[in-house]
Parts: sequence; structure tokens; C-alpha cells
Amino acid sequence: MDKQRRNFLKIASVTALAGIGAPALIRLSSTAALASEHAAAANPVAKPAKGAHGEAASTGIRLGMVIDMRKFVDDPKLLDKAINACNLVHNIPQIDNRKSEIKWIWKAPFENVFPEQSQSHSAHNVENFPFAVLCNHCDDPPCVRACPTQATFKVKGNGIIAMDFHRCIGCRFCMAACPYGARSFNWEDPRPYIKKYNPDFPSRMRGVVEKCNFCGERLALGQEPACVEACKGTGALIFGDLNDARSEIRQVLDKEFTIQRNASLGTKPSVFYIV
Amino acid sequence: MYNKGTIIPGLVIFVLLVTSPIWLNGLKAATPPKPELPPGGEKKCVMPKEYMRDNHMKLLDDWRDSVLRDEERVLVTVEGKTYRKGLQMACMQCHSNKEKFCDTCHTYADVNPYCWDCHLTPKEAASKEDTH
Repeated sequence: MDKQRRNFLKIASVTALAGIGAPALIRLSSTAALASEHAAAANPVAKPAKGAHGEAASTGIRLGMVIDMRKFVDDPKLLDKAINACNLVHNIPQIDNRKSEIKWIWKAPFENVFPEQSQSHSAHNVENFPFAVLCNHCDDPPCVRACPTQATFKVKGNGIIAMDFHRCIGCRFCMAACPYGARSFNWEDPRPYIKKYNPDFPSRMRGVVEKCNFCGERLALGQEPACVEACKGTGALIFGDLNDARSEIRQVLDKEFTIQRNASLGTKPSVFYIV
Repeated sequence: MYNKGTIIPGLVIFVLLVTSPIWLNGLKAATPPKPELPPGGEKKCVMPKEYMRDNHMKLLDDWRDSVLRDEERVLVTVEGKTYRKGLQMACMQCHSNKEKFCDTCHTYADVNPYCWDCHLTPKEAASKEDTH
């Protein structure tokens, strides 16, 4: 190899020039791509309609429910009827044990349902009557984000937060993520605790998480959710599309003052309460 | 050959031991399973017989995904009768005896699908009859 000082200096200077010039060359050749980026930034896509707290509301069908607690106070047996209807339709085991119990729709005192609300000088009805609680089918569901197997997911067509029990590995991340305690874990085989079987619905197995599914399987057949059907005629549970301005549920929401469970979390619950 | 007297009988014993399952079973395969045809007399399935034999598990998986994920709970119509997509809702309407249909082949092939951990066989469902 030629080891002359002259040649070494030549090669070194060319290399140095190339090194210094390369960034400039790259910048020159990529100006076209940058220009298109600037154009896109100048013309942003039209922003979707505003929802609560200035965030974008979902579009398309979004199923929701209004729970009119006044009606449940008028008829104290009504809530039991709704809960029993759900239990029968979904083969829900009745386990008499706080740790193992399975709940899709259940009763809870006001202070547990709305812990962020003021508790002093509450109305008689609020203090003495249990509230109906179920999965909120949030528009921005934390459980779906937590699930590592996509066993729980948002159904595109109607906004229901559904479960695919086949995929659930029982990690219970969704239970930790849900701020409403709407999910139950099968600590033991549920079958011995199921009183009557509905042959149209499966049971679950040990190690699977379950929750309210807004009766997706009944909606597909054109039926109402079991709890809504059980309260038919009373107007205690109003079910429908929150994004349809002409739906019954929207008429009620437009007229009545309603509250959602812990709306400040930004989960955008689809279940509303008239207290 | 050294030690001919021990090596050859040893080899014979070894070969006999290794091939013993063949001799003991008398060169006969176990009787192939005969799954029960629908007791109701239905002749046509949702897919041809040959396809169902090979791919029923795939069909069930596809049904599961379309029902749960894509909300395509469409009805399946076979010979004028409609069924809802699903193991409990469609398959078991005709093949009403899981023990005589599913289990015959699954036991023969030694496969253990976990369908029935959650899904109810018609027998199981009838054991706690729903009254509503």
C-alpha cells in the first residue's frame, strides 16, 4: 500500500469534506417530504364534535342507560326483579361470599356508588335505598387498555364493552383498572352455584373475569336487555343510543338532571343516574 | 465374532421388546369411532360432511370471532330451519348428544377440547332446567 504523506492528506481532506457536506446534502434531498408535512400541518383535519369536558365524543351508535332511582324507590321490589332477570339469563352463580361473588348488576349504597359526591345532609331516599350498579360501558374504557390479550374490547358497532371469555387468562388487570368495581373473578367453578341454566348462554369456568355485557346476545335477536325488560312499563331503566338525538334515552337526558359515576376520571360512562 | 452366544439372543430379545406393542395388539387397529347421526333425522349440516370432519374446529373459531368481535350473530339456515351461530345454539340442536357425538372421536384421537368447561351440553342444561 502506498504510504506517502501526500496521498494520505488527499484522502483525509476528501473524507472530511464528505463528512461535513453530507447533512447539507440530506437536507436538500428531503425538502420535498418536509414541504408536504408543512402543508398537512397548515390544513388540519376538521375536529370532531365536542363531548363532555371538551373531549371528542364518539360517533356511531353508542348504547347507554339511564337509571331512574326515583322509580326504584317507589317500588322496592323492582330492582330485585331486574337483578334476578339478569342472573337467570346469564347463568350467574349465586355465591354467598363477598370475595367470590359474581356481580353483573347489583345493589350498593349511595356513598359507595358516588364516593365523590357530598355525603352531608343527603335526602332520605339517597341514604336509605340501595342503588343499581352495573358496568358503565365507558366510552374510554380503562379495562380495555389494561387487558393484555384483548379478551375485553369495545364492540365497534354499538360501543358495548364486551368480553371474549375464551381469551381471558384471568390476570385480573381489568379488575384493577376498572374504577367502578364492575368486574368479578371466578375464584372457583361457578357451576355448582348456578340455580337454573339458560341453555342459550354458556356458564364460565374458574379463572375467568366476567361482567355485564348489556345483553349483546339479546340485542342481536331484537330483544331488550334482561334488566330493562324486567322493568318494562315503569321507566326505571331507559336503554338506547346516546348518539341518536331522537332516541328515548336522549329525550330523558335532555329533560332530567343526571349524574354519572366519577365522571372526572374521563372514562365517559354510558350509564346515567337520576337521583 | 466374539461372544456370539450372548449377543445374538440379546439382540433378538431387544427387537422383540421394542416391537412388542405390534405383537400384543395382534396387528389390529382399534375400531374407528362411529359418531351418532342427529337423532332428529337431519341430513344436512351447515357445511359438507367432509369439510366438517376436517375443519369443524376452525369453523367454530370463526363463528366465535364473528359473533363476539364483529357482532355478526347472523342466523344459519339449513334446509329451511334457522339456527343462531354457536356451539350451544346451532350444533347441539341436531347433534344433541355430546357423549355419543363429540366424545366418540375426541376420545379415539385423544384430544381434549375445553368447550364444555363453559358451554352447556343439552344434558347439563336440562339438569337445572330454566323455567322462565
